[in-house]
Amino acid sequence: MAKAPEAPKFIGSPIKRRDDPRLIQGLAHYVDDIQLPDTLHLAIVRSPYGSAAIKGVDTSKAEEAPGVVAVYTAADLAGKIGPVPVAGLVPDAKVPTQPILASDQAKFAGEPVAAVVADSRYGASDAANLIEVDYEARDAVVDLEKAALPGSPKVHDEYDDNIAFKWQLAAGDVDKGLKEADVVVKQRIVNGRVAPIALEPRGVVAHYLPGEDKMTIWTSTQVPHKVRTFVAGQIGMNENRVRVITPEVGGGFGSKLNIYREEALTAYITRELGLPVKWIESRSENFLATIHGRGQVGEVEMGLMKDGTVTTVRYKVLADCGAYYQLLTVAIFTLTGLMLPGPYKIQNVDTDVTGVFTNKIATDAYRGAGRPEATYVLERMMDIAAAELGMDPAELRRKNFPDKSEFPFPTAAGLSYDSGDYHLTLDKALENADYADMRREQEEGRKNGRYLGVGLSTYVEICGMGPSAAMGGQGWESARVRVEPGGKVTVFSGASPHGQGQETTFAQIVADGLGVPVEDVEVIHGDTDSVPFGVGTFGSRGTAVGGAAVVIARDKVRDKMAKFAAMKFEAAASDIDFAGGKVFVGSAPEKSADFAEIAAMAYTAVPLPPDTEPGLEETHFFEPPNFTFPFGAHVVLVEVDPETGVVKILRYIAVDDVGNIINPLLVEGQIHGGIAQGTGQALEEEMLYDSGGQPINASLMHYALPKSTLLPRMELESTVTPTDVNPLGAKGVGEAGTIGSTPAVVNAVIDALSPFGVRHIDMPVRPERIWRATAEKRA
Amino acid sequence: MEISLSINGGVRSFDVEPRTLLVHLLRDEAGLTGTHIACETTTCGACTVLMDGQAVKSCTVLAVQADGAEVTTIEGLAENGKLHPLQEQFWEKHGLQCGFCTPGMILTAAQLLERNSDPSEEEIRHGIEGNLCRCTGYEHIVDAIQAAAADMKK
Ligand code: FES
Ligand code: FES
Repeated sequence: MAKAPEAPKFIGSPIKRRDDPRLIQGLAHYVDDIQLPDTLHLAIVRSPYGSAAIKGVDTSKAEEAPGVVAVYTAADLAGKIGPVPVAGLVPDAKVPTQPILASDQAKFAGEPVAAVVADSRYGASDAANLIEVDYEARDAVVDLEKAALPGSPKVHDEYDDNIAFKWQLAAGDVDKGLKEADVVVKQRIVNGRVAPIALEPRGVVAHYLPGEDKMTIWTSTQVPHKVRTFVAGQIGMNENRVRVITPEVGGGFGSKLNIYREEALTAYITRELGLPVKWIESRSENFLATIHGRGQVGEVEMGLMKDGTVTTVRYKVLADCGAYYQLLTVAIFTLTGLMLPGPYKIQNVDTDVTGVFTNKIATDAYRGAGRPEATYVLERMMDIAAAELGMDPAELRRKNFPDKSEFPFPTAAGLSYDSGDYHLTLDKALENADYADMRREQEEGRKNGRYLGVGLSTYVEICGMGPSAAMGGQGWESARVRVEPGGKVTVFSGASPHGQGQETTFAQIVADGLGVPVEDVEVIHGDTDSVPFGVGTFGSRGTAVGGAAVVIARDKVRDKMAKFAAMKFEAAASDIDFAGGKVFVGSAPEKSADFAEIAAMAYTAVPLPPDTEPGLEETHFFEPPNFTFPFGAHVVLVEVDPETGVVKILRYIAVDDVGNIINPLLVEGQIHGGIAQGTGQALEEEMLYDSGGQPINASLMHYALPKSTLLPRMELESTVTPTDVNPLGAKGVGEAGTIGSTPAVVNAVIDALSPFGVRHIDMPVRPERIWRATAEKRA
Repeated sequence: MEISLSINGGVRSFDVEPRTLLVHLLRDEAGLTGTHIACETTTCGACTVLMDGQAVKSCTVLAVQADGAEVTTIEGLAENGKLHPLQEQFWEKHGLQCGFCTPGMILTAAQLLERNSDPSEEEIRHGIEGNLCRCTGYEHIVDAIQAAAADMKK
């Protein structure tokens, strides 16, 4: 009997990325690489003040400058472009209206005040410099804690104070828990503002064709369909007349999960002027006018029993909203509350958030978005508590994990963790680190004036965003799979990858299911005129939700193809198999045809199989029944020089569990990048402002982005605990590294400094802060 | 001002404003958009090109300074359709994610390997310190450069 063809398995293989050839040769197209004939260039005049009254704008000199085509102020746009959209609000939130250009008051440094359009890049920026704005500086609201006090100067005159919203998530009995605890530890913890810094700044090209009444917008975004819906609304067009294309996108990290002023503005102007218009953000604009992340200051109390059982956590936190919300500003803080119990069986939890307006750009989703804040608070407190109890920090964590038999694990915050084995990742991480040895080395070192620190963090995060019911809608993702008449396969995804590599992983998923070579599968994304309506890429959802949609659409196509093959072979459709580029009868493999032959049949067969339409194209919108919950354990060894405050990371060990893995090479890349980003926040990164609300480090010369020398070679391992939330069993990996790393690194530094009586230093743990914290003991 | 320079082997002439930056000449006049801009302050290295064999950050070189020079951009690195070993290894080792830093990173690495054909990991990390990548955490980039160094010795 003939043998069934061998099926190579693509899922799980470290396949090289399909998008790389264009990227490594400089042949890819990011927004600024879209060069349409006769393009006009847009430059924006931004407020240099955190808070200022605008007494007048004189555009006369700019209007006469060479090459200038148009100049706009708020007055020119009045009633013509709708405000910047917001979503994910909580009840009773004050929602200030974010205009496109500020009219009588500028509320953060970087807020757009006027816009100039000229026939060249340099001409537009020259003319912008000629616009004279008469500002009258006002008291800026910069410090988060002071902003929340009664009597503070106000960001918005129309409100009584700077309190934007209040939101609380409490379960169990926190007061009782703290009263009955054997030990209560308290700490004020700051999670500073950081800038996402996608390496490609934002940018928009818009082109309107009046004859067709068709607007095309190329924008560097993570959410093309959201941009289409909202911008169409803002400029008064039907959304089916607007096409949004995300060409290559040079990183997002949440910062491009937003609808920004410049998108509607550029689109509006191209429709007015009839020529393509391009706006490219400079890096300094990116620091000023693209969202920041984090921005929380809180008081934490943790109650424990003598044996180490953590019973209670209370987190009373001020959240820095900035002056205006962006799309998900408010929602981010609620994720902190949902994840406050972390990977522990804590029964009494209370997250009490007060959102506060400040004269700054909004905070919003930044890699991890609300979860790193929860993990950081919790993991810092676990170390502080362990020290208080005289317990090993690893032991304290172990004591509080749910056992793997307890999954799905219901948490006090109301979530159901899908699957997990927290002991396993911690045990492996400690083993890989040689934890006992590290501790011995630390002991030894101290005798010789060498300060080593071992830092641990165990985390669980919430990914695969998410069930629509829990997200206020649009938690699903879409995919369409088409087998072309020639036998190639095209996947159209509603997800919008921008570096994650789904052009490859989705091809792997489809190639496996249809038994075709991975090279035969093409993945299309980021064009609203060709892909089904999509939600986008964020919240580690690309694979867990978008990939799941691909699986189901693929299976629908496969089932349909099986019907054509069944007709040809006079076999049952259920007996048709796919492998090695062949479609064959499973029980009689000699009955076999090329995949392409059956594909062609689906477009040409007369008659058709019973109850079957022609064509091979199926769509699926995948609605996940739950979030996914990746988890892991990170161990860091640092050496700190208390004289200089310099921290050197000697080893970085991570064991992460993101469920099933489609492509281990790409998973490793995601973890690497996440760890570098989280470590950046731990040690270096923070936005700084002067008293007038002007950022003082708004350039890459002054903002410390991690460099190639920050981290040693990372020692990674994955364990695999699949999820049953989606058919791939994959949980998502985009944010895990960021979430696990920040507390592990800070914990290591504090551990190194314990001989100096240091219990906590706020991030970023810069040399100067270390030097100050150890000053007394050194003297 | 009239300038002429060799770009990826072909001599071309341009009439530029004296203040035109080399990166804008390459991108907007020569149409070579593989050279990226990510900081404008000589910090990120995304705009790195080779000028007379030296890696320079083209956001802080005036086009007129390149008059008469030989410039190589990422588009000119592959020879006769064959990828440079660095390009091959960035692909092989997953040395890029969003790809925005990649052209500059590869050209910096090309100079690094020119000067030191067998760099240690530490030398590589120091060698690319002037190039920022937000996506990869640098480790796969280091791997790629090491592997390319080995390939180039073969
Ligand atoms: S753009 Fe030239 S170094 Fe950053
Ligand atoms: S790959 Fe995105 S910045 Fe390096």
